[in-house]
Amino acid sequence: MKLKINIGAISEPLQSEKFKTGDWGTEWAVVDKEKCTACRVCEQFCPDGCIEVVEVEGKKFAVVDHNYCKGCGVCASVCKYEAIRMELKELFKLEVC
Amino acid sequence: MKKVVRGFYSVAYSVKLCRPNVICAYPITPQTEIVENLATMYANGELENCRYITAESEFAAASILVGASAAGARTFTATCSQGLILMSEVLFNAAGMRLPIVIVNTNRALSAPLSIWNDLQDSMALRDAGIVQVYVENNQEAHDMVPQAYRIAEDKRVMLPFMICMDGFKLTHAYEPVDLLEQDVVDSFLPPYRPEVYLTTKKPLAFGCYAPPHVYMEFRVAMQRAMERAKDVMEKVFKEWAEISGRDWGGHLEIVYPDSKNFVIAMGSLVGLLRKVVDELRSEGFSIGLVKLRTFRPFPAEELRKNLGSAEKIIVIDRSFSCGYEGNLSIELKSALYGTNPEVISFILGLGGRDIPKDFIKELLRNSILGREKSGFKGFKEFEEVIP
Repeated sequence: MKLKINIGAISEPLQSEKFKTGDWGTEWAVVDKEKCTACRVCEQFCPDGCIEVVEVEGKKFAVVDHNYCKGCGVCASVCKYEAIRMELKELFKLEVC
Repeated sequence: MKKVVRGFYSVAYSVKLCRPNVICAYPITPQTEIVENLATMYANGELENCRYITAESEFAAASILVGASAAGARTFTATCSQGLILMSEVLFNAAGMRLPIVIVNTNRALSAPLSIWNDLQDSMALRDAGIVQVYVENNQEAHDMVPQAYRIAEDKRVMLPFMICMDGFKLTHAYEPVDLLEQDVVDSFLPPYRPEVYLTTKKPLAFGCYAPPHVYMEFRVAMQRAMERAKDVMEKVFKEWAEISGRDWGGHLEIVYPDSKNFVIAMGSLVGLLRKVVDELRSEGFSIGLVKLRTFRPFPAEELRKNLGSAEKIIVIDRSFSCGYEGNLSIELKSALYGTNPEVISFILGLGGRDIPKDFIKELLRNSILGREKSGFKGFKEFEEVIP
């Protein structure tokens, strides 16, 4: 089947949702629910808008969307409560000779 | 209606007849009076359904036109030299987004050193952008080219920006009798611009989106194919124009004395002088013809090969060069003629508005045919670079 491309690389809105960028980085952000105060600073700073404060059973905390987190680490560095750490993905836990 | 007008007015009047929706420009010598004339027409209410926007730079002017064109407007700007290369980042995008913006470039030298005078180095710098480039010989041709530019650029098989290149000062500031077109002639030739896809709040779109390695190449190949289709579209439009206006400017090339053994090839206003020089050399007994190259992009390589492939000598007159190699037209012509036998002699003349007197070029052509002249820069003084 022939590849279809739009003239002038014209695209409809929200097409970028289809591009899962979560596998780009070697690390991703992991939130410690206990330490998180739901202050929303990380939400403001995430350049990809993929960290969001949610409420589960009366407790508010930040959740990272690992489908899009590129592992830049901005959230971890702005968190005043050290509730976010950057974790190496399983795939990259290799022994380098 | 024949009137004696300056080059600026011949372009501005023609643009007005094409019913543009958005005109946006930044002043730069020797272009300014084109948009000044349009601004006057706008202020006098002569431009219907049109917005004239003053921008803070050429970069902004081109950017505004990209937005306007994407929203379905027929757009116009004029610029040159530093202005054109400041626009270049945007113009490469406009070509990729397939927006049929029409630009009149009043060819002027590039800095440094600062020069406001004429040569072709500015438009040559945009050679690879994906913009159709046509070089005109006189103000009547510039006047006639504007409606054709819109027809070609907006053709669904093409959809690329279009640059009309006219020599700064030599044409722009010159008074010439120009047969100004009638509105109904242009209206019958040029339908309103109705793109199939355009920006509107009802249907949001993004133009020129990110293309990762697995699709980028296809978009660029698509541009190349559009350029190739433009060749045929242009020929048809040129013919149609000749019929309705009664002025036949030829196809991608105009060849004078096609049966000659030797040819001189050039672009732009210099061709006017060469017509005279070639006639005089022929009366001296030299077998020399003239090739006026009108379309530079898409480059009419097959036509050149067909018409010049069996010539003895071809003398190329360039007014621009690729620093570190040769004259631009010479490079392209040699590539087009690869595998054929003509000897190509290439001269680079008239940079930064340096005068090209008739006797000088006549002597150059005569000596070239007699085998007494070598390729290279001509008409400069011997110099030595010193530290001040």
